Amino acid sequence: MTNRTRPIKVYIFITCLVDTFFPEVGESMVKVLNDLGVEVDFIEEQTCCGQPAFNSGYQNDARVVAQRFLSIFEKALNNDPNKETYIICPSGSCTSMVKVFYEELFKNSPKTLKKVARVKESTYEFSEFLVKVLNRVDVGAEYNGVITYHDSCHLLRELRVKGGPRELIKSVRCVEFREMEMHDACCGFGGTFSIKFPNVSVSMLDEKIECIVNSGADTVVSADMGCLMNIEGALSRRKIPIKVMHLAQLLASRGKNGI
Amino acid sequence: MGFEEVRFEKNSDKAIQNKPLQKALVNVTDRFRTARNKASKEVSDWEELRSAAREIKKNTIANLDKYLIMLEEKVIKAGGIVHWAKDAHEASQIIVKIANDRGVKLVVKSKSMATEEIELNSSFEDAGIKVVETDLGEYIIQLAGEHPSHIIAPAIHKTKDDISALFSEKLGVPHYEKPEELTKVARERLRSEFLNADMGVSGANFAVAETGTIVIVENEGNARLTTTVPKIHVALVGIEKLIPKYEDLSLFLSILARSATGQKSSTYVSFITGPKGPTDIDGPEEFHLVLLDNGRSGILASEETRESLYCIRCGACLNICPVYRHVGGHSYGGAYSGPIGAIITPQLMGIDKASELPFASSLCGACHDVCPVKIDFPKVLLELRKNVVESKKLGINSGKDLIEKLGIRFWRFTVEYESIYKITNKLSYYLQIPWKRSSGKLNALPYPFSRWTDQRDFPSVAKKTFRERWKEIKAETG
Repeated sequence: MTNRTRPIKVYIFITCLVDTFFPEVGESMVKVLNDLGVEVDFIEEQTCCGQPAFNSGYQNDARVVAQRFLSIFEKALNNDPNKETYIICPSGSCTSMVKVFYEELFKNSPKTLKKVARVKESTYEFSEFLVKVLNRVDVGAEYNGVITYHDSCHLLRELRVKGGPRELIKSVRCVEFREMEMHDACCGFGGTFSIKFPNVSVSMLDEKIECIVNSGADTVVSADMGCLMNIEGALSRRKIPIKVMHLAQLLASRGKNGI
Repeated sequence: MGFEEVRFEKNSDKAIQNKPLQKALVNVTDRFRTARNKASKEVSDWEELRSAAREIKKNTIANLDKYLIMLEEKVIKAGGIVHWAKDAHEASQIIVKIANDRGVKLVVKSKSMATEEIELNSSFEDAGIKVVETDLGEYIIQLAGEHPSHIIAPAIHKTKDDISALFSEKLGVPHYEKPEELTKVARERLRSEFLNADMGVSGANFAVAETGTIVIVENEGNARLTTTVPKIHVALVGIEKLIPKYEDLSLFLSILARSATGQKSSTYVSFITGPKGPTDIDGPEEFHLVLLDNGRSGILASEETRESLYCIRCGACLNICPVYRHVGGHSYGGAYSGPIGAIITPQLMGIDKASELPFASSLCGACHDVCPVKIDFPKVLLELRKNVVESKKLGINSGKDLIEKLGIRFWRFTVEYESIYKITNKLSYYLQIPWKRSSGKLNALPYPFSRWTDQRDFPSVAKKTFRERWKEIKAETG
């Protein structure tokens, strides 16, 4: 960061899932960013990116919500001309909604596409931001455990982020990393898919759980709370003592002795 | 398509309960997927090949009218007869009429998804004409009276024991245990059918516009026999199977074999241009090409989903698909299954008859990554989902649809206004209390959330959401 002419400022895009169910994930992300000396801000007007409606086929509803998102974040990005501003999100799925699918959603609206382009270029999924923008894989974390990593589909295949999260995990002190079989197979979440076809979803999840268990890990890490909510849902119902952690939570861990 | 309305959820629930099927699906998809991954890595410019193939398909489909006319001219020039079929019914009528007019009693068939799509076998049977499938997998499912469950391996849902019992029951042979013995039974039976057949029906993997050549790839040699032994050969070909030039074949044959089975080349590749020529020592005396639309021109008209027609039916998307892996081919209703079935069946049958299919995907995108012509499955699925929602707007909604629509409305209302969003979260926090367990998790929620909590725990709404914590966080971290 020493070569930068302007300081970095990050606007966090806290997904509705994290805001409502997993605030500790957002908190961990802020901690990691703060510890790296990054200025973090949260715009309270933000709610959702529109993905639930978009994926369910309700594009008109999705557009209204996405427009709202774009206005809020475009304004924020232009707030600080003296700073390098970014939008950082702890979800590969919500990030790909903004970076990949907004173009699809607004393909008939050139005016909005301009906004999309502006917001898109500054939006990063959390791990990608650490690795690609801040050039950091070691963030000073320490965690005592055996970790396996689940590739969330959108992070892997829409954003093409694969190696970064693994580098980040391997750089955490006291961690043993174990790749699971079929690490890149979908866990069966798929948003409303998990409720539309619960038995198919759980059948896919069963196989994912089997791979996690067989890896011998005591902690499963991913970069998306959608997948982790699904995985944890099964682990907890079946009383399998494997811990579920968002990558941000792992990177915010400072071992037994704290900071 | 003459298939009934697709009930994906019902079909898939049944498939998931079928343990031998589950095992077979895992074995077969793993085997094909591994072979495909290896074969694609053997070629240094695999990604460029995929891009090149996509470009050719894109150009062909965009100029399909021109290429179809070129193909027709060339087939006629080579001595063939060309028929145009606007739908499944017309295609079946044309083919049955060719047979009837010539007094055909026995038809042999090589594997063809297009003939499955139009359910040609039942039309032959209705006309009192015996039809025999000659691909081993197709032969098995014909005996069992079923539909194929995989584009390239139609009988993967059958175990060796199933087949042994089936052969014993239908063919009166002993319960053979070894695959070799079972194959030998089929081979002996089929050999006499080939020699006695009056007509051979095939599909085609490609139809080359500039030469009027149809190309068939296979590994058993049965398509070679089907298209050369009987006096009449009828090829049923979907209009999207065209490629412009002969020289394009080297690319397409390579990506097809590698994507489908992981082979460098299929064992048999037949190039058929018209009937037997004056100098040929064998081959059919008549060659008919039936060009099938059956909804394809409708797909062509939709710019958003047109790429569905680029498909070369390799089956790679089935083998990578985590949904297919767990539900098998029959869950998708129509002739096609897996991701390609999820996108083309609703477009061929009409979206109202297969409205569940565009949702039968977690949108994981693995299919997009392996598709040899780079069909953007998630994009097409999302477009079709939009069409489903729009098509239901004016129609009568089922209770399920109504709940979904109200759910989306409610969601939009809450996320459009921050104040309402905050109130909703607060309310949810208190409303969840009856279901909250000591673990902090929710279980046994009411419908539709029961569809989650029947088999999984659900997280509880946090006492303090992130936005409520933000000021403290900011104060703590400075």
